[in-house]
Amino acid sequence: MYQTIVFLPLIAALVAGLFSKQVGVRGSQIITCGALIIAALLSWFAFFKVAMTPGDHSLHIQVLSWIVSGDFQINWAFQIDTLTAVMLVVVNTVSCLVHIYSVGYMSHDPHIQRFMSYLSLFTFAMLMLVTADNFVQMFFGWEGVGLASYLLIGFWYKKPSACAAAIKAFVVNRVGDFGFALGIFAIFMTFGSADFAVVFSDVGAYSDKTIYFLGMELDLLTTICILLFIGAMGKSAQLGLHTWLPDAMEGPTPVSALIHAATMVTAGVFMVARCSPLFEYAPVALDVVCIIGASTAFFAATVGMSQFDIKRVIAYSTCSQLGYMFFALGIGAYGAAIFHLFTHAFFKALLFLGSGSVIHASSDEQDMRNMGGLRKKIPLTFWMMVIGTLALTGFPFFAGYYSKDMIIESAFAAHSSVGSYAFGMGVAAALMTSFYSWRLIFMTFFGESRASKEVQDHVHESPQVMLAPLYVLALGALVSGFLFKEYFVGHHYEDFWAGALTLVGDNVMETAHHVPSWVIASPFIAMVSGLAIAYYFYIKRPEMPGKFVQTFRFLHALSFNKWYFDELYDVIFVRPAMKLGYFLWKSGDENIIDRYGPDGVSAAVVRVAERFRNLQSGYLYHYAFAMLIGLSAFVTWFVLGGQ
Amino acid sequence: MMLEIGIEHYLTVAAMLFTLGVFGIFLNRKNVIIILLSVELILLSVNINLVAFSSYMGDLTGQIFTMFILTVAAAEASIGLAILVVYFRNRGSIAVEDIHLMKG
Repeated sequence: MYQTIVFLPLIAALVAGLFSKQVGVRGSQIITCGALIIAALLSWFAFFKVAMTPGDHSLHIQVLSWIVSGDFQINWAFQIDTLTAVMLVVVNTVSCLVHIYSVGYMSHDPHIQRFMSYLSLFTFAMLMLVTADNFVQMFFGWEGVGLASYLLIGFWYKKPSACAAAIKAFVVNRVGDFGFALGIFAIFMTFGSADFAVVFSDVGAYSDKTIYFLGMELDLLTTICILLFIGAMGKSAQLGLHTWLPDAMEGPTPVSALIHAATMVTAGVFMVARCSPLFEYAPVALDVVCIIGASTAFFAATVGMSQFDIKRVIAYSTCSQLGYMFFALGIGAYGAAIFHLFTHAFFKALLFLGSGSVIHASSDEQDMRNMGGLRKKIPLTFWMMVIGTLALTGFPFFAGYYSKDMIIESAFAAHSSVGSYAFGMGVAAALMTSFYSWRLIFMTFFGESRASKEVQDHVHESPQVMLAPLYVLALGALVSGFLFKEYFVGHHYEDFWAGALTLVGDNVMETAHHVPSWVIASPFIAMVSGLAIAYYFYIKRPEMPGKFVQTFRFLHALSFNKWYFDELYDVIFVRPAMKLGYFLWKSGDENIIDRYGPDGVSAAVVRVAERFRNLQSGYLYHYAFAMLIGLSAFVTWFVLGGQ
Repeated sequence: MMLEIGIEHYLTVAAMLFTLGVFGIFLNRKNVIIILLSVELILLSVNINLVAFSSYMGDLTGQIFTMFILTVAAAEASIGLAILVVYFRNRGSIAVEDIHLMKG
């Protein structure tokens, strides 16, 4: 069954990709969607069997031997436990819905087979990542999703901005992956194995070991965990390595929903949760995770408030929500982090697909300044977006309410300085989340339409094939919170996780149930005030945002320009790299290697040949003279040399 | 005192002729015919050597050989001149300066 779940998308991708001519447009859609529907149904079945049934149902399935080199032995194998089962459900469900949605959304595209093939390839890589039983296989999946992400961001390869965004995503991820790879090397060096089972059972013995690196004495496990976390930062767009995510919105909207909201970007969260036994022994690393996560949640929310591109707003929202997950991991609330990952996948995919529907309706317009008043024209999309927004902002009884509030309460319950920092940042980010989400709704669906006449006349509700996935996701955004709350973070915690997550200290999620009532109320108050401010700014007094910008020019500029991260990186990394490259090209390559290498040799040959050519004067007496001189020389040599 | 003319005198004359011939080839800048003549001169100097040695050694072989060389040289000169005539017809000049088609 698990082999089917994992390899069916690969087969579908290969068939749709390599035999695109033979299967045709409709064939590729049927094959990939069919494979994903089967995989999704099986995933839910696996989820109920492994996670929801009491008792330990974790499995280890060996598929193939991969690398055997001395002590270094790596297998293709699946480790199926609750964590994997949750990820299987998230990945396959969202992927399946996105596949179906793409049938409608990409219907006018000339390269449908390629698109469907890439989507399935991505799904396979992601499944490989979440089912891995060792770090190397995880890294394979990790790079596989990176590749698929690159291919899909640059899917419209004729758009220069899409190509640039694809390269940016790839390069920024490379920075993170470098850290991840170093972490894996360090793990193999320390534990002599890259298998999760071996590493996690031996980790206690290394808790106080140190290593020397560049003359510094570093705590071994802390170093490993921070290196792994750098990998997670790259993939999950955390502060510092987040710059690729907003640009990745150049890709088609279904891609943004699947890869850059629901699944791939949560790979970092999954990886840290998977490595919870390691991180539990590295408290410093956990604090780093917490601080970075909390800062990201706050930072991305501030940026989201001032963007005008509908997809960029949601992208920054994703970045911010990932920050929530990371600080939940950092305070040891692994269950809450995965719970938020689970609910977030539904409502964020819903928001993205909904925004895709909006973009589809308004003739590929993405700027919210040119929208407005769409509520009457596309009511179904509107209501879906509202459900997604309610879930995202944590409106009571929607999915986000349970998971996000759990995270914020756990942060408070951690009673540590980083926990308090995370709590403050989390509540502030909750307020801003509510503000920018409702701002998006108000700007897009309320007020007077600001679109041009042709666009207005052309506005139409999306076809059923695009709306159906929205309904399913909306259902998820509505019920996934209270249905699974008790399992992920509540009373069935032990039974549900069955040892998939390791906690050394106290369970903060246990104490999170007993925090003061003002703490429980604070995210709700933040949410309501965010909604109120957005309502006041964009419905009641539409001139207020302009005035606000006038008054707080600096704050607005900071937010609007994304805290100048891109500019800063441009100055620190991109330009010096360009200069260095230019220098190596001009001075190193052309002036030294080419000059003394190939070019030099060929020039020398030409010069020497030129001289020899001059010997051939064409005059008979020159040749005769040369013959004579030669003859006399030979004769002289014979006569004198003989004695 | 009567100077006895011996083998070395013949050889000296032959060497002189030979040298004249050689210089005639590569100092001459005017005319291909002069080159042909110089070649003949070299041949003749060799013939003198052959005859001188033949007389000195008392062996007739050298003189017979010389007769052959003279006939061959006559044939060769006629062929050379014939080529020159054809060359002149084609190019309108037999000045050495103009004959440099083999220049690299």
